[in-house]
Amino acid sequence: MSRHPTARVVPGTVPVRLWSARVTFLLRPRLLLVAVLALLGCGVLIGVSLCVGAYPVSVPEVAEALFHGTGDRLAVHFVTQERLPQALVAALAGAALGISGAIFQSMTRNPLASPDVIGFNSGAATGAIVVIVVVGGGAGQVAVGAVGGGLGAAAVVLALARRGGFQGSRLVLIGIGVTAVLGSVNSYLLTRSELNTAQNAHIWLIGSLHGRSWAEFGTLALALLVLLPVVATLGRRLRSLELGDDLAGGLGLPVAGTRLALTALGVALCAVAVASAGPIPFIALAAPQIAARLARGTGVSLAAAGLVGATLLTGAHLVANQLFAVLAWCGERAAWLSFVDPGQRHVQLPVGVLTALLGGPLSGLAAASKVTPMATLMGRGW
Amino acid sequence: MRVARPAAGRARPARRGSALSRAAGLGVALAVLGCLVVASTWIGARETTPVEVLRALWSDDGSYATSVIRDLRLPRTLTGLLVGAALGAAGTLTQALTRNPLADPGLLGVNAGASAAVVIAIGVVGVSGYGGYVWFAFAGAALTAVVVYALGASGRGGLTPVRLVLAGAAIGAALSGVIAAITVLDAATFDYLRFWMVGSLAGRRPELVAELAPFVLVGLVLALALTRSLNGVALGDDTARSLGVHLGRTRVLGLLTVTLLCGAATAAAGPIGFVGLVVPLVARQLTGPDLRWSLPYAMVLAPCLLLAADIAGRLVLPQGELEVGAMTAIIGAPIFVAMVRGRKEMAL
Repeated sequence: MSRHPTARVVPGTVPVRLWSARVTFLLRPRLLLVAVLALLGCGVLIGVSLCVGAYPVSVPEVAEALFHGTGDRLAVHFVTQERLPQALVAALAGAALGISGAIFQSMTRNPLASPDVIGFNSGAATGAIVVIVVVGGGAGQVAVGAVGGGLGAAAVVLALARRGGFQGSRLVLIGIGVTAVLGSVNSYLLTRSELNTAQNAHIWLIGSLHGRSWAEFGTLALALLVLLPVVATLGRRLRSLELGDDLAGGLGLPVAGTRLALTALGVALCAVAVASAGPIPFIALAAPQIAARLARGTGVSLAAAGLVGATLLTGAHLVANQLFAVLAWCGERAAWLSFVDPGQRHVQLPVGVLTALLGGPLSGLAAASKVTPMATLMGRGW
Repeated sequence: MRVARPAAGRARPARRGSALSRAAGLGVALAVLGCLVVASTWIGARETTPVEVLRALWSDDGSYATSVIRDLRLPRTLTGLLVGAALGAAGTLTQALTRNPLADPGLLGVNAGASAAVVIAIGVVGVSGYGGYVWFAFAGAALTAVVVYALGASGRGGLTPVRLVLAGAAIGAALSGVIAAITVLDAATFDYLRFWMVGSLAGRRPELVAELAPFVLVGLVLALALTRSLNGVALGDDTARSLGVHLGRTRVLGLLTVTLLCGAATAAAGPIGFVGLVVPLVARQLTGPDLRWSLPYAMVLAPCLLLAADIAGRLVLPQGELEVGAMTAIIGAPIFVAMVRGRKEMAL
């Protein structure tokens, strides 16, 4: 109804025409800026996490170890065999979680939707605990158990919610039910095992990157290499779904099939992240929101959400590793700051502790500023 | 802008059956609860007969069977009764306060506050014994409720049910981080806590009942006293105000009551899920939305579920028992899923 034809240009975008308008698209400069900054931030955080730790390595030494594989043997070991794979797993897992969260949030038009809503995380936890507690398996088997459990739980929830299409609220409610049962199973299994075993399972459940190696990185990278092209092709359809089912159907989109495919994709992305790093909370929830707020656009951008997720998890991993060292350092300089026994300076928290501590309030507050539709879908255990 | 109100003045909730039939239903539920109380004191690892149970309840003859019943099963049963009633009432109140049938006290972060305080009590302060926890659980639940309320009320728009839920979820999530941090760093606390976190009624001391009862009873009375105002709240803020309901006061009192009930229940039995979520929904289906009926129903049906789950937990395993927290989820979840699937359109 606009009287000005120029008003058709979407605010915050720049129309780009290349090769005499053979290639045209709308460039969102702010979105591009956010993506570039997130990528830079992630790189810097990875760089810092290569240097700091119980065995500090200087920047030139890190460069030498990385590019030539020479120098102090301990430095080479720490940089190339421990810190780098862990930081890279953090970045990739964070990206997978961010994209997965963006898919779910966009598809349900609900900023609080995440894979946990459909019982994926609790299923993954059950799978992992069963492997750790009952089978006594190693890291690889735990990952397989987690993915199996997560997919199983998601499949049960989807099957139960199937009638009448994947109506958002029904899906969430059934997810809550299944999550509650699995949560009890998890607690029960933890009480029926040796303390050491239970503790291993507990740390896995919080989400931790310690002990991740190039093997985990390889699996994760391979999985993402397969999944990301699918994300790129299906991602466009998300935009249409955001218009609402009726309108999207009217535009010729097979709504039910698209929803199922996108759900499967979101679950798969979450699965590869959980398999490599455990069910780390809040990255999937916060990353798309942060990306959307920084980009100030409408809707969620999958690429930006993935990059922000990578930055968030890399940063959280760095902080979780160094928190006690920093606290001990502060305590040595000011007595009133000595919360931490100097002997505990090398304690490395599982990264999930930190994302839960920070991510909960942050994403809650962020969501609170823009609340209308989400109350309907609020569930437990998000 | 003035909006004409309907001539009827007060919108009456849809009624299900007459008051007589609802009272009869409540009577049946109470009778079932009575049977479950007897069954709970009767069924256990040591064989006893119902006659022994009844005799033991009346008098202490000093026999082993009597001491098992009086010192182990009766406290356990009464704890279940109180915890169940508290959870049922707290769940109903939370759903009414937030106008969200999905809400339960866990959602407002109150359970997490109580749990985190208990974890701090065990892990940092070194408290042991339920008498010590109760106060920590209260303090934690109350503090969380205050913070959640303040957070929900701050900023533009003021306090709305949605903001309350969001604030609760955010705080609850942060507290789960606190719990994770303490349990990761301290193996002894984790070892203790993993048993507490399942939610169990086993091994409760007789004195616990006396410690728990005042809090729960006060909470239940407060809850019943709030039903009229909460019925108004259910009609929406504007209608409630025009009916003369003090929204702020009702919300504060409601939150206080939820805190009292949840803090007491969580301290006594650990975080038991699902009862506070599923029982109010069932009660509402039976009575309709009038809280003057659905709240008493929930207060009777919730201990029924809890005691039934506790008894079932003693029977399902060939050896030992399944904790009541695990059983409530296993019993409650299918009911919940069936209800969700049964409804055509989820009215949220």
